[in-house]
Amino acid sequence: MENAAIQLKNLTKKFGSVIANDNVSLEIRRGEILALLGENGSGKTTLMNMLSGIYYPDGGQIFVDGKEVIIGSPKEAFDLGIGMIHQHFKLVDVLTAAENMVLGIKENGRLNTKTIGDKMKKICEQYGFNVDPDKKIYDMSVSEKQTVEIVKMLYRGADVLILDEPTAVLTPQETTKLFAILRNMKKDGKSVVIITHKLNEVMELSDRVSVLRKGVHVGDFNTSETNPQELTNLMVGHAVTLNIERTKCENPVKRLEIKNLCCVNDDGVKVLDDINFEAYSGEVLGIAGISGCGQKELLEGIAGLQKVSGSIEFYPPDGSEKKELNGKSPKEIIKCGIALSFVPEDRLGMGLIGNMDLADNMMLRSYNKGKSPFADRKTPAKLAEKVVDELEVVTPGINVPVRNLSGGNVQKILVGREIASDPSVLMSAYAVRGLDINTSYTIYNLMNEQKNNGCAVIYVGEDLDVLVELCDRILVLCGGKVSGIVDGRTTTKEEVGLLMTSLGGGKEDNL
Amino acid sequence: MISENTKKEPLVRIAKRAELSPKKAALVRFSSIIVALLIGGLLILALGYNPISVYGGIIEGSLLTPTALKATAKIAVPLLGAALAIAPAFRMKFWNCGAEGQITVGAIASTYFALYHVGDLPAPVFFVVTFIVSAIFGGLWGLIPAFFKARWGTNETLFTLMLNYIAIGFVKYLRIGPWMDKGQMFPKVPMFDRAARLPDVFGVHIGWIIVLLLVVFTYIYMTRTKHGYEIAVVGESVSTARYSGMNVAKIIMRTMFISGAVAGIVGWMLALGTNYTLSDTTANGYGFTAIVVAWLAKLNPFVMVLISAFLAVLQKGSNSIQTNFGIPASASEVLTGLILLCMLGSEFFINYRFVFRKKSVGGDD
Repeated sequence: MENAAIQLKNLTKKFGSVIANDNVSLEIRRGEILALLGENGSGKTTLMNMLSGIYYPDGGQIFVDGKEVIIGSPKEAFDLGIGMIHQHFKLVDVLTAAENMVLGIKENGRLNTKTIGDKMKKICEQYGFNVDPDKKIYDMSVSEKQTVEIVKMLYRGADVLILDEPTAVLTPQETTKLFAILRNMKKDGKSVVIITHKLNEVMELSDRVSVLRKGVHVGDFNTSETNPQELTNLMVGHAVTLNIERTKCENPVKRLEIKNLCCVNDDGVKVLDDINFEAYSGEVLGIAGISGCGQKELLEGIAGLQKVSGSIEFYPPDGSEKKELNGKSPKEIIKCGIALSFVPEDRLGMGLIGNMDLADNMMLRSYNKGKSPFADRKTPAKLAEKVVDELEVVTPGINVPVRNLSGGNVQKILVGREIASDPSVLMSAYAVRGLDINTSYTIYNLMNEQKNNGCAVIYVGEDLDVLVELCDRILVLCGGKVSGIVDGRTTTKEEVGLLMTSLGGGKEDNL
Repeated sequence: MISENTKKEPLVRIAKRAELSPKKAALVRFSSIIVALLIGGLLILALGYNPISVYGGIIEGSLLTPTALKATAKIAVPLLGAALAIAPAFRMKFWNCGAEGQITVGAIASTYFALYHVGDLPAPVFFVVTFIVSAIFGGLWGLIPAFFKARWGTNETLFTLMLNYIAIGFVKYLRIGPWMDKGQMFPKVPMFDRAARLPDVFGVHIGWIIVLLLVVFTYIYMTRTKHGYEIAVVGESVSTARYSGMNVAKIIMRTMFISGAVAGIVGWMLALGTNYTLSDTTANGYGFTAIVVAWLAKLNPFVMVLISAFLAVLQKGSNSIQTNFGIPASASEVLTGLILLCMLGSEFFINYRFVFRKKSVGGDD
């Protein structure tokens, strides 16, 4: 092909007995935006890591400009003009943006921050970035850091830019800005690859799309000639329906009433400022906000894991006297039937133990029942089997360490366990973080089921499209304050997006 | 753009292997000991001795006569006890390097009773009381770093290490000061009265029975109880433990109290069963060697029995080859170090293999 910048031929990569990429062949053309689409664990990132020198392929060839090359390290990838922006940024926090530009580059002469700054400015003007070369990384928001990463790659002369799930951490407005920049780069003749599992982004941004499923390359399309349904079916391997069924709230009863909740963190920063809201049974209350706006503190405060001031009143479903939760220990709050599942960035850290098997992970909720000093392992094992069965968890057995399971299956177990404890309030944060479409919908349905069973569901999410579709009401946080509570049935993504940045108090409000 | 050397595939690269069966993994681990013994043999050869007769001398000097066997057991028992002591702490990823100090504090507590209250109590009561008091003091000594870690997140490795020196320094003070044997030229603590010495069972003080019971208890505690489960969860992820409603500070302090208490019991048997006095070297490095034992056994109490016996054989045997062959006893320390190195190195081969350029050949061992 005349304008192919990079061709991959029959690339294979194995990790132990797991085949991450199986004879993948595809090409990246000059002046195009290619979307690499696939479910979690389909081998998108592995494939691109081979291109950027992180992994070495077990088989196959890579051609750059028609010549076969061997890429043994990220530096060799740079030399070939290939730059990758990882999900976790590779920046040194205590250095400035300019210093990060030249980190690791071998150049003669003294470090001249002024020339670096000038060169950066040129790049910024050309593509429409906005970066202060002298700002330290630790003072930057996630979006700024990402910009620095992209500028860094261009500074080093990258012609092929690979972005691994770049929008996962951005607000809708920031995403729009990023897409504009990527289009500028395309116009300039650069090749852009974005790894994603969000179909709307594929449709909006890309020229072509390559789909991976379970490590195998299953198709290439021109974006204009395909549609989301076709891509989804190909990606998942069977037909799926993409609708969230939002049922009507059946006689909602007040479960939680939060009044004047405030929280000051260890650094003395006020992270929650006078939060007031109510949560009802049979309803999904969504919480939207840029990450780090107090979502975590709010949920942890309710669960008794974070010191807060103000009052958290719980109205038990049996109609008995309301209880004040603030001041109770986490154990007592769990006993009231308030379950919290929080999926952090690494997906395991806060609910599951990677090195323990499924049954032992189920035990986290139940081990303390009864008076005997010995732990009951039979009930959790049965529960594990039930969850595996009902949620279709793919696992060789219940005695397998959770870390050996793929992300989606891990999260099914986490959510499955919380639901099995039959909570009266289910708080779930980022339950679909990093999950593919198919599994995400399974999780949404599980929440809806809980709602229909009369549970008060509080759902903290990142994807605004989903929040607007799933939730009955949406509470928007901005800089630790409630900037609005809107009706999920009538609101729009844009309205919520605006509320997320409206108060001006948000630390990361740089639009 | 492409420099010459980038055109070649790397000569050797490392690839993760499919998970080995437990049988094969055990084989790799076992063969690593053989490799260590072979390298040790070369070392002995280089020193000008016959490796086979030297290894034979180690076996003979540690196992083949009743006296030698008893002496070996006297090394193995406190070593195993100390390893059992640190096991729960290590499972919790609380790096208790302070067993040495906790042993010493336990020994100080029993010494006080052995010096001043030996006639006051009937023998069985005396031993039960000293046992309990040693455990409590050892436990409290272990509780100090745990409290600071739980409260202010101090580094437990440094903290427990430093407490060792305080405990041993305190022994020096007692030896030169209040507890000095007035009839001696050299300042030392007097030998205990016969009534304060632990009785022997089959020629070795009764501590060996207690330690073997502790093996079973520790195993059950760590694998079958709620406490054991909490310890494992805290060790794997503190935030997960918090999210499941566990009181992490309480678990850390409770576990370290137990860990210190078991070490205190080791101090009890060293003072009343082995040394019959208190000295700066009562703990004799057992608290440190125990870390090696615990690691090599992967915190499994039953495997610890084997490992501590093995290390005791090496230590006792090397003393006898020093007398018989004139090889410095430090040579056996070199050997111990080699074995440790090979065993730790073998873990690499269990998880990874080398891939060479062109024809891929797995480098197995």
